[in-house]
Amino acid sequence: MGGKGKYDTLFVYGVLYLIFIYTPVLLIVLFSFNNGLYVAFPLKELTTKWYEEMVANPGLTKALGVSLRIGAFVSVVSTILGVLAAKAVTRYYLPGRAAITFTIMLPLVIPTIVFAIGLLIILAKFLGLQPSTWSIVAGHVLLCVPFSMAVLISRLQGFDKNLEEASLDLGENAWQTFWRVTFPLAMPGIVASFLLCFTTSFDEYLMAAFLSGNDTTLPVYIYSQLRFPQKLPGTLALGSCILVVSFAIVTFAEWMRRRGVNPDQGLGI
Amino acid sequence: MTADDSFISIKRVSKHFGAVKAVDDISFDIRRGEFFSLLGPSGCGKTTLLRMLAGFEVPTSGEIMIDGQPMAVVPPHLRPTNMVFQNYAIFPHLNVRQNIAYGLRKKNLTKHQVEQKVEEALGMIKLPGYGNRRADQLSGGQRQRIALARALVCQPKVLLLDEPLGALDKKLREEMQLELRQLQRSVGITFVFVTHDQEEALTMSDRIAVMARGKVLQIDGSAHLYEHPNCREVADFIGNMNFIDGTVTGTEGGNAVIDAGPLGKLRVPVGQARIGTAGPVTLAIRPEKLRIEATRPNGGTNAIAGRLNAQAYLGDRSHFYVEVPGLQRRVAVAAQNVARNAEANDGKARDVWVSWPVESGVLLPAD
Repeated sequence: MGGKGKYDTLFVYGVLYLIFIYTPVLLIVLFSFNNGLYVAFPLKELTTKWYEEMVANPGLTKALGVSLRIGAFVSVVSTILGVLAAKAVTRYYLPGRAAITFTIMLPLVIPTIVFAIGLLIILAKFLGLQPSTWSIVAGHVLLCVPFSMAVLISRLQGFDKNLEEASLDLGENAWQTFWRVTFPLAMPGIVASFLLCFTTSFDEYLMAAFLSGNDTTLPVYIYSQLRFPQKLPGTLALGSCILVVSFAIVTFAEWMRRRGVNPDQGLGI
Repeated sequence: MTADDSFISIKRVSKHFGAVKAVDDISFDIRRGEFFSLLGPSGCGKTTLLRMLAGFEVPTSGEIMIDGQPMAVVPPHLRPTNMVFQNYAIFPHLNVRQNIAYGLRKKNLTKHQVEQKVEEALGMIKLPGYGNRRADQLSGGQRQRIALARALVCQPKVLLLDEPLGALDKKLREEMQLELRQLQRSVGITFVFVTHDQEEALTMSDRIAVMARGKVLQIDGSAHLYEHPNCREVADFIGNMNFIDGTVTGTEGGNAVIDAGPLGKLRVPVGQARIGTAGPVTLAIRPEKLRIEATRPNGGTNAIAGRLNAQAYLGDRSHFYVEVPGLQRRVAVAAQNVARNAEANDGKARDVWVSWPVESGVLLPAD
């Protein structure tokens, strides 16, 4: 039947697509356990020495520490700003709301390199500051706030504005209402925003490369190591670790988001 | 006016949204312990007025006082009012007990007292043992009761209800109307009830304010509102009404004599209508006050001739529609089916006389 043929074509396309996406990723994992300097078949025996080497590499662990610290700081700051912006956009009458939202969302579509260069110029020429961890944080916040805001706007729009009014009506002021109603109901969105911002910051290269001072972040460090063939397997080991952790984080974020959405569907009145 | 007569005082209150006058210069008073309804079609300003009482909207101009206190600078969380929202606004992240106890946190009660109050409230709404249910495990009727309990445990001076029965099915709604009315009598709290359902308002209220286009048209008790509407709009909105336009030609023993053109001379009590001795007026008459007869009845009643050409059998009653030359709308006549009257409901068109006692008519200013 014609329908069957169409289904088969789609199926083949789907499989090819998945192979295209995941082969490089799986190769990284595969070769990170291969006892050989070069990424080439045939495989040699199984080893975990690259992982040991990775842990023993002070430059690498330091870069990892810098990235984790920046990621944590950026995700907290971006999520706080995102909550405030989303709350303003969804709950209050703002003149020029569309324009404000557009302006905040714009970094999503402007090439990062434009921002990176711009920030570097401002930093060096106008403020006369040296690039540092803080300049990377600033750049990453700029990139992350739109993500955070997008996630939180959809979350805040998803629940009834009357709930906040009911809280006010029952004697809680605006601040207490935020903590007793808005925050718990927005929690899945807040967690999702936090994780999304963290991963965005963690693997961001351009800003980190342009704006870093003495402390480099992990992506920048890894790129610098690729020039040395003997460092490659260690990088593969690190890549595998990041892959596993990222996968876990994104899965968790998505699970939180869905878990948050579902109970509300029972509220259809 | 005694102090009790103005428990809630609304003085020249307006609310404009841009160019739209949602509430347009309204003044009236609500008495202590009264079940007061704001009735009107959607967009008439009733919900905006309720939200101004709750403090969610700030009047563009005018003043609202509750129990002698001006409300102008009092934010919603400090007002002596609690609200039952149209969609109930049950907190989805809290269980029933936590929902009901939500407003008690500010009352300086011990944990035990809070527990006790919640249990009492659950008993009052006939849902004992429901404390640990989650919001999504409740039916519409249960949510409505919990929203009510959540507001009432706070012991407000005024309970505001925004079409709280609108989402319920008909049987449950009628049950809740009676329950709500009984509850209001037993707790003695002033209720301000917003609805677009005239039957609901008539059933439950001590007094009703009929609103349209941001204005209050008439404030009265149910029976008075039904029997003595003060304008065509109220007459039309509450129940069904037949209208006959005419001109006053004089008065005769407390009745106005109206020249209704091809329908001849009709009489109607002047009542409270502020009608001049001459000029255009409208005579209004309820369908159930009309009689259909085959021959012209003898004097003392108003009678008009027409052709009965449509009818609807509704079980307990029937509606007959009579085409009258000179009237745009057919005259509706309602009759209780007291006897199994097959002949009356045979559906055949025939020439008839429609009559009514003079005192049943209502004199209204012409639009």
